[in-house]
Amino acid sequence: MNYYDIMFYLFAAITLVSAWFVVTTRNVIYSAFFLLFTFFGVAGIYVLLAADFIAVVQIMVYVGGILILLLFGVMLTNQITNVDIRTGASNLLPASIATGILMGAVVSVMWFTDWKIQPTEAPTTTLKILGRLLLTDYVLVFELLGLLLLVALIGAASIARREKE
Amino acid sequence: MLQVGLTHFLTVSAILFSLGVYGVVTRKNAVMVLMGIELILNSANINFIAFSRFGNFGYSGQIIALFVIILASAEAAIALAIVLNIYKTFANVNVDEIDHLKD
Repeated sequence: MNYYDIMFYLFAAITLVSAWFVVTTRNVIYSAFFLLFTFFGVAGIYVLLAADFIAVVQIMVYVGGILILLLFGVMLTNQITNVDIRTGASNLLPASIATGILMGAVVSVMWFTDWKIQPTEAPTTTLKILGRLLLTDYVLVFELLGLLLLVALIGAASIARREKE
Repeated sequence: MLQVGLTHFLTVSAILFSLGVYGVVTRKNAVMVLMGIELILNSANINFIAFSRFGNFGYSGQIIALFVIILASAEAAIALAIVLNIYKTFANVNVDEIDHLKD
């Protein structure tokens, strides 16, 4: 057990425990805040995988953007004054059995497959490499995603603000 | 087995994926279903980056993970706009009560 392993187990525990609370807590606000810890744990795992830029993007986009958006969604779709921010659950037993089987299958596949591992030397920063790739090999996808974000922006605004005639 | 390698990261991602599927299947609130989808996307991202680190394929895995994050943000914005519209129409966002197409 070196320092790297301890950090991995710490971040994995944060991620999985808070993800468990996200899907089991009754209160929607609590699950949104547990989702915050899940995103931070996943960002830590990205750092351990030598993906520093992705980790920063994860914190900025997920915690700063998507989580705030989800919280707005919770606030706008529940009567705050009635303290009715609870969510019901359905199909608990069949869903537990099915996802338990799914988890066993996927974990055993991951665990027993003989992966061909060739770890390369981790770079000090991936920023330069990613920037180069984004503007050479993936430039078309990059531009298309910019267009897609514009379309999503306009679409979300027009769907959410549709006035009744 | 204590030495952390590719398998450990893949296992974390598999458990996170199953928890996300469980959230999507069991929760009634549409916003909670969205949170489950975010968990699933995060687990896929862990897989991409883990294979990019351990597989000697270059850094395409990290680029794909970046694209997944961008798509997730667009998806969350559109889905929340739809959820707000559903709330305006039906006065709740429980996915099991909004079945008006079912006659």
